Amino acid sequence: MSRPLRQRLAHARRIATVLLSSQYAYMLEYRAEIVLWALSGVLPFIMLGLWSAVDAAGGLGMDSLQLARYFLSAFVVRQFTIVWVMYTFEEDNLNGRLSPYLLQPLPLVWRYVAAHLSEQATRLPFVAMLVGLFFLLYPAAFWWPSISSLLLAVLATLAAFALRFLMQFTLTMVCFWSEKATALERLLYLPYLYLSGLVAPLALYPESVRTFAFWTPFPYMVDVPARILAGESVPVLQSFAAMAAWAALLLPINLLLWRRGLRHYSAMGA
Amino acid sequence: MGRYLTTLRVFWIASLTAELEYQANFLIELVATAGNLVGSIFVLSLFYGRGQSLGGWSWEGALVVLGIYTLLEGITSTLLQPNLSTIVAHVRTGSLDFVLLKPIDSQFWLSARTFSPWGLPGIALGAGLIGYAAWKAGATPTPLTLLGAALMLVASLMILYSLWFVLAASSIWFVKIWNATEVLRSVLVAGRFPVSAFPAGLRAFFTFIVPVAFLTTVPAEAILGRASGPWLLAGGAVAIASVVLSRWFWTFALRFYTSASS
Repeated sequence: MSRPLRQRLAHARRIATVLLSSQYAYMLEYRAEIVLWALSGVLPFIMLGLWSAVDAAGGLGMDSLQLARYFLSAFVVRQFTIVWVMYTFEEDNLNGRLSPYLLQPLPLVWRYVAAHLSEQATRLPFVAMLVGLFFLLYPAAFWWPSISSLLLAVLATLAAFALRFLMQFTLTMVCFWSEKATALERLLYLPYLYLSGLVAPLALYPESVRTFAFWTPFPYMVDVPARILAGESVPVLQSFAAMAAWAALLLPINLLLWRRGLRHYSAMGA
Repeated sequence: MGRYLTTLRVFWIASLTAELEYQANFLIELVATAGNLVGSIFVLSLFYGRGQSLGGWSWEGALVVLGIYTLLEGITSTLLQPNLSTIVAHVRTGSLDFVLLKPIDSQFWLSARTFSPWGLPGIALGAGLIGYAAWKAGATPTPLTLLGAALMLVASLMILYSLWFVLAASSIWFVKIWNATEVLRSVLVAGRFPVSAFPAGLRAFFTFIVPVAFLTTVPAEAILGRASGPWLLAGGAVAIASVVLSRWFWTFALRFYTSASS
């Protein structure tokens, strides 16, 4: 009530600019490492190799171009939805950096969001180079998504990133109670790996497993955005609604755990 | 030799005592490894479920390959990862000086200093899967097969070790090389599948550039008793060459080590 909305918006924009530009400068310092992280996302290409060899034998229901486009899209989507907030948060907590951050008049989560977005911006040129290399090796797979599907794919990828971030950040709250909480992320990564569509398009899953998978949030994190990008038909509204529903479920849990955790927090080394 | 064995025992007992402080981790590791194995078998079933095979391998044969991969993953998190990941920190803080001054071989110390029990579920599950799948595939354990299988498994371990060690040792020049081992790990995932399942280009890559073929496919063939002489010889040769190379690389890298402050 104290300040008019316009002033508050201007203030928020200034903070966002400062956060993003400082984090971007920081990430650029580590670009060599980020390139290596990007390279470690080669799984979709390995799987593409396997599936295209099977496709040569026929009877897959997806031709080799569709497969190539799907896995390339999955690679790109994965590159821009990688979340590592739990590891940074655990390190900040154990090294005692959390306390000064908490004193700042800015909700801590925005610092991590800005770090992730800046990291993605640092990845962007390298990912573009890899995509170029892919088309150089496999020119037949080249396609140009329509403006509308490109925009939709960007939106879906952002939503997937937000959902995955929210999910991991909720689990991160365990750090307030345990010193080795990142071990739990290994467990969360398992259903993500096998149900998200990184290892195979969900269209190739048996009917029952696919139905089950779409009751979980994981297919919306890779399969759905990748299929939009590859130009396949996807129930867009339904998918975005499902993502919103999952976010609406996770957000209150996250906020509740955050408040509880802060009350429990007693600063490492104090 | 005896001195090295005694030292090894002292090292491992000490690190085991330290690691057992976190016993809940064992349960998480067990669930994670078992879950990963179930997921991998599910992915294999996606291929075999539609009546196709991976590069001419039977379902049981592919399971042997997956078992060897799981076993290697377990050994990686028991020995390779906990030990070799410290090289970079030693270089950065200069504590490699102290390692070099010890009256024991520095490569041995860096490669065997700690032992983390968290990879043991992987080793057990992998060995179990290999045994079960080989039995299902009808492999006959003649002494000759057993000898070939044992030799090829040792060769595969030697190659895996050398790959990790050479990458970790490059941190003498590039301090920030650590994620290079993540790249290696992500490429080695290809070892979950028989190498003949890949298209020709990738197959050549996984045989000659990153020798994934010798890590899982060749030992699996030896276990199933159908390894051909040339492949066995090649496996042995690659293994010996890579260990010699890792040794040479370490002495070469040390010439460039100038401690942290200089």
